[in-house]
Amino acid sequence: MADTGARLVDVDCLTKAFGSVAAVNGVSFHVNRGEVLGFLGPNGAGKSTTMKMITGYLSPTSGTARIGGADVRTEPRAVKSRIGYLPEGAPLYGDMTPEAYLDFSARIRGLKGDDRQRRVRDVIARLQLEEVLHRRIETLSKGFKRRLGLAQALVHDPEVLILDEPTDGLDPNQKHAVRKLIAEIKTDKAIVISTHLLEEVDAICDRAIIIDHGVLVGEGTPAELRARAENHNAVALALPMQNGAKAAKVIGAMPEIARVVPTASGNMMTLIAYPKDHVFAADIVAARLRSEGIDFHELHTEAGRLDLVFRQLTIQRQVA
Amino acid sequence: MRIMFIIARRELAAYFSTPLAYVFLVTYAASAGAMTFYVGGFFASRQANLSTFFTFQPWLFLALIPAIGMRLWAEERRTGTIEILMTMPVSTWEAVGGKFIAGWAFTGIALLLTTPIWYTVNYLGSPDNGVIIASYVATFLMAGALLALASCLSALTRNQVIAFVISIAACSLMMVGGADVVVAALRKVAPAIIVDFVASASFLTHFVTITNGVLDLRDTMFFLSFIALCLFINGQLIEIKKGS
Repeated sequence: MADTGARLVDVDCLTKAFGSVAAVNGVSFHVNRGEVLGFLGPNGAGKSTTMKMITGYLSPTSGTARIGGADVRTEPRAVKSRIGYLPEGAPLYGDMTPEAYLDFSARIRGLKGDDRQRRVRDVIARLQLEEVLHRRIETLSKGFKRRLGLAQALVHDPEVLILDEPTDGLDPNQKHAVRKLIAEIKTDKAIVISTHLLEEVDAICDRAIIIDHGVLVGEGTPAELRARAENHNAVALALPMQNGAKAAKVIGAMPEIARVVPTASGNMMTLIAYPKDHVFAADIVAARLRSEGIDFHELHTEAGRLDLVFRQLTIQRQVA
Repeated sequence: MRIMFIIARRELAAYFSTPLAYVFLVTYAASAGAMTFYVGGFFASRQANLSTFFTFQPWLFLALIPAIGMRLWAEERRTGTIEILMTMPVSTWEAVGGKFIAGWAFTGIALLLTTPIWYTVNYLGSPDNGVIIASYVATFLMAGALLALASCLSALTRNQVIAFVISIAACSLMMVGGADVVVAALRKVAPAIIVDFVASASFLTHFVTITNGVLDLRDTMFFLSFIALCLFINGQLIEIKKGS
């Protein structure tokens, strides 16, 4: 995919200092057309500040971002017209109606006449805003507000979407609808999504980056990131209690296994065996148990949990 | 210019989206009338002119213009919509100008509501309508200058009430510099050059000159350049405050 798509978002060593504190420190990444990039990190890691610089709201202390080749420092208007942006918390003009607000956004974006009406109607339909079109925005539910924020970001059909926590505050059905929408529109766009929800990374992101304390600490596809988890390829076993101790001893003695963690639950025993260097070991563990005549109910390999990777990458730095 | 107009249109609609605008307009028109007819002794003076009406305008504006200006940027910063506005293909100058134009148009509407008083003096006698037109222009220009100051100060805070209070303080300062009391007091302690400077920077001095019937370029330029200066600082403040 990296070869076929043009590089629409190119973030180059972006740095923002507030006083002596670097909120964002030398962050570089890129997003190609047709790609959804997940932007992860703990609260206060610098995600929103990075997005504010890419969209031209804050000027970088050093480094830059280029959107479709236009440099945000020297051609802010070109950059802004190519981006659809949903800021953190989806701020809106509470005194307007959704219809007036979308019309205003479309006008400012330079859409005219029939084209404007068509685009406004299109985003209203896409985000299912029909029933609230004539109500004051401040009276709308959180779900409608968030969708209206998205509609505003999409109204000019931008090449690049920067969405700061687009599904925050939505119920599971609404989250699903937004993810479906992103999947539908992503083919000709480059999309950056910040999120706390790691399930979202699996659901919609082609690639993800993790930042912490303003520094990039991890990057890769969801599968690549998962491979960095402590429990990647760990073998999980469920077996009757009386077999537990023996099995733990047998597996623990295998040269391929680094350590075994047993947990008792009711009359069952769960063993997690961590292979050395995260190698795939389910087959040899199963073979060994069978040869020893130890019964087990279930055996599976852990793919690695993204939240573990997230914690590994972001807690290390806090300690250091 | 087109973008500035789109922003101005939205802002003006925002004023009228709450009952506050109507309360404001009615209060203004009623107090302008009351000041003229009761406090100013319009009938007792037995003169067919609007000098009593215009004498009270600066003092009415002192409270009312900060109320119009306070929300322009403070509200935008409080709700975070400034981030949407400034990431649309809009320059800071267009945003500042558009908002100012909306507020100024709103004061223009308020002024239009006082025209029945003008009609009244024409019915009662034959006033010098040239002076009245000049005075309306002066009032509008002064309103613009006060509004530009209030808009600029509203960019300093997220809190409309704070914006309102500091705007009243700043507008009062700009106004009273030319009042007789202040000039007399200042003359005792400061050299003439400073007294002249304070008096000439005062809105009241320029306002009174025009309402006396002399609409000259100097006073007009004074108000227009004050507006330009405030809006320039307004834009700078927005840039500076974005990060916080």
